[in-house]
Amino acid sequence: MNLFEDEFNSFITICNLNENTKDIEKDLESGLIQNSKIAIKDNISTKDIETTCGSKILSGYIPPYDAFSVSCIKKEGGIIVGKTNMDEFGMGSTTENSAYGPTLNPHDKSRVAGGSSGGSAAAIASGVVNMALGSDTGGSIRCPASYCGIVGLKPTYGRVSRRGLIAYSNSFEQIGPMGKTVNDVEKLFEVISSYDSKDSTSYNNKYIHLSNKNKSKNKKIIGIPKEYFGEGVDSKVSSKIMNAISNIEDHEYEIIDCTIPSLKYALAAYYIICTSEASSNLSRFDGVRYGIKSELNDNWHDSYTNLRSKYFGEEVKKRILLGTFALSENYFGKYYEKAKYVCNLIKNDFSLIFKKCDFLIGPTMPTIAPKIGALSNSLDMYQTDILTVPANISGIPSISIPCGKVNGMPIGLQIMSKWNNEDEIFSLSYEIEEEIKK
Amino acid sequence: MKNENKLIPKIGLEIHCQLNTKSKLFCSCSTDFRNDNPNTHVCPTCLGLPGSLPVLNKKSIEYGIKICLSLNCSISNVGIFCRKNYFYPDLTKAFQITMGEKPLGFDGYLTINEDDNKLKKINISRIHLEEDPGRLVHINNHENSYTLVDYNRSGIPLVEIVTSPDIQSPKEARLFLNKLRTTLEYLDVFDSDNEGSLRVDANISLNGNNRVEIKNISSYRGVEKALTYEINRQTELINSNKFIEMETRHYHEDTGITTSGRNKEKSVDYRYFPEPDLPVIMVSEWVKDINLPELPDIKSKRFINEYLISPHYAYVLTSDINLANFYEMVCNVNPILSSAWIVDILLGELNYRDMKINEIITHKEYIVELIEILNNHLITDKSGVIVIRLILDQIKLGKNVEKPYDIIKRMNLNKESVDSFVDKIKMIVRNNKKAIDDHLSGKKGALNYIVGQVMKETKGKADPAEVHDIIEKLISKKTE
Repeated sequence: MNLFEDEFNSFITICNLNENTKDIEKDLESGLIQNSKIAIKDNISTKDIETTCGSKILSGYIPPYDAFSVSCIKKEGGIIVGKTNMDEFGMGSTTENSAYGPTLNPHDKSRVAGGSSGGSAAAIASGVVNMALGSDTGGSIRCPASYCGIVGLKPTYGRVSRRGLIAYSNSFEQIGPMGKTVNDVEKLFEVISSYDSKDSTSYNNKYIHLSNKNKSKNKKIIGIPKEYFGEGVDSKVSSKIMNAISNIEDHEYEIIDCTIPSLKYALAAYYIICTSEASSNLSRFDGVRYGIKSELNDNWHDSYTNLRSKYFGEEVKKRILLGTFALSENYFGKYYEKAKYVCNLIKNDFSLIFKKCDFLIGPTMPTIAPKIGALSNSLDMYQTDILTVPANISGIPSISIPCGKVNGMPIGLQIMSKWNNEDEIFSLSYEIEEEIKK
Repeated sequence: MKNENKLIPKIGLEIHCQLNTKSKLFCSCSTDFRNDNPNTHVCPTCLGLPGSLPVLNKKSIEYGIKICLSLNCSISNVGIFCRKNYFYPDLTKAFQITMGEKPLGFDGYLTINEDDNKLKKINISRIHLEEDPGRLVHINNHENSYTLVDYNRSGIPLVEIVTSPDIQSPKEARLFLNKLRTTLEYLDVFDSDNEGSLRVDANISLNGNNRVEIKNISSYRGVEKALTYEINRQTELINSNKFIEMETRHYHEDTGITTSGRNKEKSVDYRYFPEPDLPVIMVSEWVKDINLPELPDIKSKRFINEYLISPHYAYVLTSDINLANFYEMVCNVNPILSSAWIVDILLGELNYRDMKINEIITHKEYIVELIEILNNHLITDKSGVIVIRLILDQIKLGKNVEKPYDIIKRMNLNKESVDSFVDKIKMIVRNNKKAIDDHLSGKKGALNYIVGQVMKETKGKADPAEVHDIIEKLISKKTE
């Protein structure tokens, strides 16, 4: 029996809650998120709960272990209510690429919820849960947060363990908290941002909420990157964001214009590297050990080919082929290696920019949520990532918070800051959230 | 073998050794799986389950650096693990994490002792670490043929050592492997007793013809056999003006022959790229803390200088770290005598009984006692052999082990002064006139025959050298 109606196809698996409360520490009366219902994106391993990554190829896969962040949630009293829908293996920006049907936007069922963590965003926006885990490789938390009018944080790379996150692009992705309000997200972030010695890219910098933060005497500087308000961005969205910024200007912030020229290469570098890593990460799916079972015949090579051709979706196959090509001997230097150089360039540019300012603010997405089926061309879909991928490439933290509506649909305001500065991002987010409520 | 053309082989070896760390290379699964059921030493990481991550076993880097230093390599400043991507049922992630692209150590060498005490340097082009894949077991019976996979081996740390093509004969290859094995055992990074712990691929070309790769050699003897077979095969082809194909061949341990593989590995693109889940290793910071033990060549030199033993005995004693250590535990009474006795007598008796030197460490005082007895000429060499055989048998059977002095007493093995045998000797000389005449007419061995007769008569208690002298005196007296 389901505890709620999944009106928007937010969930792939809904949990039997009686089963779930078994794991919770009985003597822990006040975990940080005691008894809070949490939804988990379906690319995050949950022990004994089916985990599909939105793909048919992993249908029936029951992980024998919990992702590190899931263990953290259980330790602090969180209750897992289900696994949320997503673009297959994280590849997409609308959750239309799921093998289990698209997730609908709770604000308008004819529109997408965003992706790839669309299910998590819709679950929050429709009131089923107040908190969820998503993952963000090129914007997959922030995009659906923006389209669904909720809050989503992509943490600094390495601040949340990736152990248990089914890999798409190891160099870019992070598990991150999504929630109804900034406070929900901050709480969940505190729970999951722990050092994990079993993730070699994790480092020791646990986030702890400080109730009396000493506000620094210095005036904080907000940078407005030219690239975030250019011609690719819907003018109504731009003005909404600019409004919000000017509303807080008198809160003692200095606003400056700035530019990050290397950002024009960001999307290309991103897609080369993430497809390359994905082509390698997804090679293990062959129907032999877990997931959908292979019809093994005399020739293992043919068995693998048949299974992968049949059970991977079109977008996934496309990206595997692109990545295989980019890594191949004759092209490695031209594509992969060059893309890596570009990433370093972008990282350096962000380093420099954060010497001049404390935050960068812009829209999260160039438009409101598109209609279902509107982005049928892959390239059009990739273009929508243009404002979110820079944070993944550089590893800096970035949050999307709701910033009113355009044509009746929510839009998100994106705040980026330097590495490990989630602290100040939250401070500023609370302020803007307050302002917008007025 | 036809000797029409003197064909000089150029042989290079690619050796994979399993390191004897406690845990696998990227997870904490135990490496001690040989006595256990398949798929019982596995975890999400070595099974490559979705979402699993590798965590480097630091000991393996330490071992890798030790190996590079002991093989005289230059060491890279940084170590970078890469993904080598290919599909195969024994590879759980469909990629192998390896340092293959950028080696840990390079431009090293290992010196081997050829028979006539000539030293030869075999250059080592590179050394690096990588993880072992799982193991396939092929089942072929009447109704079914299928393949089973065991992932216990998946993730075991391997060191890959690649030589330059400096090896010029199957025998040199064997000498090289023996020296390598000795060195690795000195470092205590490798257990040669473990089945499958060493695998060798060999590349061989004759006289500038195409290079043939031989894969799947898993024993030391196999290497020499495979190369010998291959040289014969190629020589016959060359002598009949046939073409040598550049190919990969498989060696079959049971039949000793190589057969052609499927040539599919001619140019596989592994799409190497740096492993994004592992950080770069600052190797240069590790190197300063690494200490090497005394290595075989140095130990051998020290034995020669310190104990004044011959190079031959020093070489044999140091070819096995356990043997070298044992020697130093027992040799103090008379190092020279000890070296000869251990190498010429003890080793043979141990081998005959399939015993290892470590099995008698608990009884090392008995060996010291026996060496003392021999040093003081209390018994003959032949009696000494009787004593050691008895002691070893008792140790092997787990019986109560007798001390040498007790054995000598019990079996009445004390060497008796040759004076007490003079009458017996005189009698034997009288009864062997023909042998005496043969000796006087210059026939070699005739005198030894008589000595032998005396030894028989005295049940080995007389010292043969002393008997020899007495007989000579007796004969010369007679002829005066």
